[in-house]
Amino acid sequence: MERQSEPAIRIVVDLQRKVLEIIAVRLGEEAPLLPILHDVQAAFGCVDEAAQTTIADALNLSRAEVHGVVSFYHDFTSSADLRPALHLCRAEACQARGVERMVAAAEAAAGQRVELKTTYCLGLCSVGPAARVGDGLHARLDETGLVKLVQSL
Amino acid sequence: MGYEPQQDFGTPEARSEVSVTLTIDGRKVTVPAGSSVMRAAAECGGAIPKLCASDNLEAFGSCRMCLIEVEGMRGTPASCTTPATEGMVVHTQTPRLEKLRRGVMELYISDHPLDCLTCSANNDCELQDAAAQVGLRDVRYGYEGANHLGLTTDSSNPYFDFDPSKCIACSRCVRACDEVQGTFALTIDGRGFASKVSAGQASDDFLSSECVSCGACVQACPTATLQEKAVKEIGKPERAVVTTCAYCGVGCTFRAEMRGEQLVRMVPWKDGKANHGHSCVKGRFAWGYGHHKDRITSPMVRETIDQPWREVSWDEAISFAAQRLGAIKAQYGARALGGITSSRCSNEETFLVQKLVRAGFGANNVDTCARVCHSPTGYGLKTTFGTSAGTQDFDSVMDADVILVIGANPTDAHPVFASRMKRRLRQGAKLIVIDPRRIDLVRSPHIEAVYHLPLQPGTNVAVLTAMAHVIVTEGLADEDFIRERCDWDEYQDWARFVSEERHSPEVLEAVTRVPAADLRAAARLYAEGGNGAIYYGLGVTEHSQGSSTVMAIANLAMATGNIGRRGVGVNPLRGQNNVQGACDMGSFPHELSGYRHISDEATRALFEADWGVTLDPEPGLRIPNMLDAAVDGSFRAIYIQGEDILQSDPDTHHVTAGLKAMELVIVHDLFLNETANYAHVFLPGSTFLEKNGTFTNAERRIQLVRKVMEPANGLEDWEVTQALANAMGLGWSYTHPSEIMDEIARLTPSFASVSHTRLDAEGSLQWPVNEAHPNGSSIMHVDGFVRGRGKFVVTEYIPTDERTGPRFPLLLTTGRILSQYNVGAQTRRTANNVWHEGDVLEIHPADAENRGIRSGDWVHLASRKGETSLRAVVTDRLAPGVVYTTFHHPETQANVITTEFSDWATNCPEYKVTAVQVTPTNGPSDWQKDCAEQSARARRIAPE
Repeated sequence: MERQSEPAIRIVVDLQRKVLEIIAVRLGEEAPLLPILHDVQAAFGCVDEAAQTTIADALNLSRAEVHGVVSFYHDFTSSADLRPALHLCRAEACQARGVERMVAAAEAAAGQRVELKTTYCLGLCSVGPAARVGDGLHARLDETGLVKLVQSL
Repeated sequence: MGYEPQQDFGTPEARSEVSVTLTIDGRKVTVPAGSSVMRAAAECGGAIPKLCASDNLEAFGSCRMCLIEVEGMRGTPASCTTPATEGMVVHTQTPRLEKLRRGVMELYISDHPLDCLTCSANNDCELQDAAAQVGLRDVRYGYEGANHLGLTTDSSNPYFDFDPSKCIACSRCVRACDEVQGTFALTIDGRGFASKVSAGQASDDFLSSECVSCGACVQACPTATLQEKAVKEIGKPERAVVTTCAYCGVGCTFRAEMRGEQLVRMVPWKDGKANHGHSCVKGRFAWGYGHHKDRITSPMVRETIDQPWREVSWDEAISFAAQRLGAIKAQYGARALGGITSSRCSNEETFLVQKLVRAGFGANNVDTCARVCHSPTGYGLKTTFGTSAGTQDFDSVMDADVILVIGANPTDAHPVFASRMKRRLRQGAKLIVIDPRRIDLVRSPHIEAVYHLPLQPGTNVAVLTAMAHVIVTEGLADEDFIRERCDWDEYQDWARFVSEERHSPEVLEAVTRVPAADLRAAARLYAEGGNGAIYYGLGVTEHSQGSSTVMAIANLAMATGNIGRRGVGVNPLRGQNNVQGACDMGSFPHELSGYRHISDEATRALFEADWGVTLDPEPGLRIPNMLDAAVDGSFRAIYIQGEDILQSDPDTHHVTAGLKAMELVIVHDLFLNETANYAHVFLPGSTFLEKNGTFTNAERRIQLVRKVMEPANGLEDWEVTQALANAMGLGWSYTHPSEIMDEIARLTPSFASVSHTRLDAEGSLQWPVNEAHPNGSSIMHVDGFVRGRGKFVVTEYIPTDERTGPRFPLLLTTGRILSQYNVGAQTRRTANNVWHEGDVLEIHPADAENRGIRSGDWVHLASRKGETSLRAVVTDRLAPGVVYTTFHHPETQANVITTEFSDWATNCPEYKVTAVQVTPTNGPSDWQKDCAEQSARARRIAPE
């Protein structure tokens, strides 16, 4: 029993060490919580409860406070979703340019394989409908273009 | 008083010398500058509808109910966040505002269950009130849309439920946890429509979160979302009685809210000067012990302790006790009899017990449980300042700039005061902690000690002398203050003593294990950081040098001029509700009430004239001496009110031997405690809810305890003592405790102007209350020390005789935890056990690893005095070589480990240092099993 659980423990310890390394880089900054959360999210694809606890402890915050911030922002997730993600803008301008009519096709193309997320305004109102994949922005999408984009992920 | 909840002014009181006058709905109102319009309106009797505002929280402005119109200002600002300004003209009720408020209320109600008639907050709900105020008649949106009505209730906390389906997301609970309690255990999870109150993280419930169950959130909740389980079970209270909590020395006042003879809930009273409307898990929730099945309500007697108890009438029990007391006195003399007063009982009860001993038994063998906690405080502060009491009120901490906490764990033992201290620390005051253990104050959300000096247990005097060394040798002493207020020659002797090189932090580091650089920096901070306030607890007093440590603390305060004004001072944190009072009332064998020595003829004459007796001029025996004398055969009978000396006093085996040797042990208590196993007479006691009287808290504040319900045992405790006195022929005729207080006032200069009538009218009084101080004294030694000139006392560090060695290589120190209280007689008989069901031994990872011990393992803990077993918790809160436990549970009997060593001046036991060994084991020891069996045998009650 003991021997089997050892690698698992080592992984947990390694993960925590990595989180602590990220924290150490930012600790001296003013208001370091959000930058740390971004870095952890980028490194692990999420800020899980263990990482939240480590961050809370390092910044002398309560677990509840860190949880409140993580759950407030869509950019932070408490569990990793390994699927590719596409953020589709469905704010007023993109709606006016017909994004709502394309949603069903995009959802069909995404299925369970791609995570289709809604966002409200990517700042591309004049060239909508627009979407974001990672750091890449995609404008002037039509239904075909959007479906192709989803399929390409 | 009826049930009406206390008025809520919406936002906190502004403290400003400048006032402003504004007009609200045509009425002129003058308020301090900085007041909100909401508060101004409430103060002139208006009530602007509100949901997210409460006068113990900063304005938040989220509910949009309290909108107003201000002439010359655009829009409809929230009255809670709008400060009142000179000449402002405000309208709180206009057609525009009515429409807006009704629209907002419609939205709230469209997502709220309409089950008011079956809701536990029915008729006690601010949402209901606000809906009525705005005249809501219809919800145009219907109730079919997206809503939160299906969310499930979190019942994990034993005392309250969280039902998110009724939540209006006003954040009052979250803000109360942050601002009032300072724990930050709650947050708003998610955003927008998905916003919901969450304790801890997503996987937590209230019980697993950081919540300390203080009840601030429950009190803050405007709906039934956070609601006491008792209210759900019983219903809305119908009347309230203001009384004083019987747990720690903070002395919180509560409204005991009743339905008939049933207590529904205890709600902290906003006008309480010690607690200002805040509470902790003990006072707020842990009051159910009065109805626990273990409570004994019938008097009982037995010829010998191996017999079962026999239930008898009060008359029989009292005459049984009186006859035996009389016989023992006749045979062995008055000095064979004694009594112990209780710091859990009222001033009046305590005064009567010592009167019974001195005037009835005929000698001065009276002592009190303060012997084992704060007797060194009495001695040390009396010697240096002239008064056996703390120098400040609790509010003084809000003016402190540097807070020095020594040997105290306020967040666990004095939680309501700790919340105030934490609030001051969040405002920027600096904190120094001197403690072998990393207590929560050292670092917890939003507060952090600048210096934690983790000293070796038993080296308090060395650390404080080293601090004094730094202050004197670096020229940081306040010589103007010393010349004006203290004895200059004594100061110079002391200054020479502390300046010696052998007292430098560098030299003493070998003894104290405190890094010299940290100690130097801490000393400089205390001396130079502005107002320096010292708070200390039993980690100071319960040592062989307890009295020296108290005097070393007083020396530091005098040397830096930190005495005699707000924000500074020397503050003992008293463990029990009435330790201060019990000491004031003449419970010590050498002192009559008001700390006047029994050998003083004038004082004795005063009492002799009033009581019509002749008093023994010789001081009597202290508790440990009574036990020694019992073993020797010269001490034969004892009356113990409200104290379990067998569990709480050190060296259990010796206490047992003493009790066993006595011919008559009378225990007056709520429960058959451990001491009662050796008793011949059991007199059932009454709880604090069942009696009238007064308690005096750690800030010398005398507060009324009001009878909330009839005593389950039939008599209040003072009536029992009176019955015993009268059976011995004393002829007392008190009809109410107020008459006892009148006698105390008559005989005690510091209480001269105290009466129940005044306390009832004024809420509380801080002694001295007499001609010189007609309204009491919140801060002492303002214009000079009570003794005249402050006295510097040389405090030579003398290591305790308790040393580690090969057999016992670790040092055990003891302490408290939040949810349990002292020997646990009360808290163990409540749901508080979910947080702490047994004592555990904290041990450092290095010491644990050496011994093959993991968290949760049973370990055997042994000293040269005794041994017991308990479970281990491995933690780096302690330094290697130090272990820690509590003594809340009789199954553990941690005091079987502690030794007979005690303070040189007062015999206060050295609970905080015992050399021990810790080894793995597989369960309770044989001694513990025997003890449990013996207890069960001793507690048998014969069937009728």
